Amino acid sequence: MKSTYPICMAFGLVAILSLTSMKDQKSIDEPPGDREKSLTGLRTMLKVFKHQRCMNCHPTDDKPRQGDDAHIHLFSVQRGIDNKGLPAMRCGTCHQNENNASANVPGAPHWSLAPKTMGWQGLTDEQIASNLVDKLKNGNRSIEQLVEHMTRDSLVQWAWAPGAGRSIPPVPQKEFHEAVKTWAQNGAVIK
Amino acid sequence: MKLSFKINNEPKTVDVPDNMPLLWVVRDVLGMKGTKFGCGQAMCGACTLHVNGEAVRSCSYAAKFAEGKNITTIEGLISGDKLHAVQQAWLDEKVPQCGYCQPGFIMATANLLEKIPTPTDEEINDNITNICRCGTYYRVRKAIHRAVELNKVNL
Repeated sequence: MKSTYPICMAFGLVAILSLTSMKDQKSIDEPPGDREKSLTGLRTMLKVFKHQRCMNCHPTDDKPRQGDDAHIHLFSVQRGIDNKGLPAMRCGTCHQNENNASANVPGAPHWSLAPKTMGWQGLTDEQIASNLVDKLKNGNRSIEQLVEHMTRDSLVQWAWAPGAGRSIPPVPQKEFHEAVKTWAQNGAVIK
Repeated sequence: MKLSFKINNEPKTVDVPDNMPLLWVVRDVLGMKGTKFGCGQAMCGACTLHVNGEAVRSCSYAAKFAEGKNITTIEGLISGDKLHAVQQAWLDEKVPQCGYCQPGFIMATANLLEKIPTPTDEEINDNITNICRCGTYYRVRKAIHRAVELNKVNL
């Protein structure tokens, strides 16, 4: 009778190696930091993303929206190929680098619609979060660049200084910045 | 505040409140009455003029944004004695009824043809969003196509 000892040893070794390998894989897949903190940050960020006036410039079609009721932008304004209007209807002809205190036309540097791939209208929280970190959809931004975009970009920050008669996001600007940083520093978890 | 710009190729300096609409400057300070006040909310386009080659609705454009820029009004579209192709086309097709909004249409169209020399009907619909209460849209469209033909002849 042949001994089964070497076979058992071999199986045992494979099992140990597999467990080690799985453990290593888990440590690779598991983002650094506190997962719950990251998710809490994301939930706060989503409150801002889903505020109607933020959604107005993140349409999934070619028509910007206006106001808290998300009506189609008056006088048939459209996206255009560069997200800055049609050839003879450029966004920047009305929207200057700052709010217009007299006519109350809103303004901020590089006024533009978000690219269609960054559209949020009609998306679930999960879809918005997934698109947020997808470089094919987020403007090829790394997590660090997303943090920069959400905490420094002048057009994004304009959301908290939109001019008279316009609502602001439900999360204070500083709290939003903290949420973005917490989300990123703890692994930029999306689910 | 003092603002300097070129209007119809002439340098001008004006002293006006910085948030005064450019339309006020053009009409009331510089006395050029061709550009019209319509809705006052940038929606009808009667006040359209060009700033640095872009069609701007001047009723809602603060004068301070025009600093150092080149402005063209309906008065500056003509070249010597020769009407701009769009102006000629408007005459040929007898576009205006009351005529009040037409300078804005003409300026918007001149800008469109700079950007898209041979626009389709869809491109006209998308880019010329001015409002005419007389409903001259059918003749406006004909005149735009007429201007395209005139531009081809003039090449």
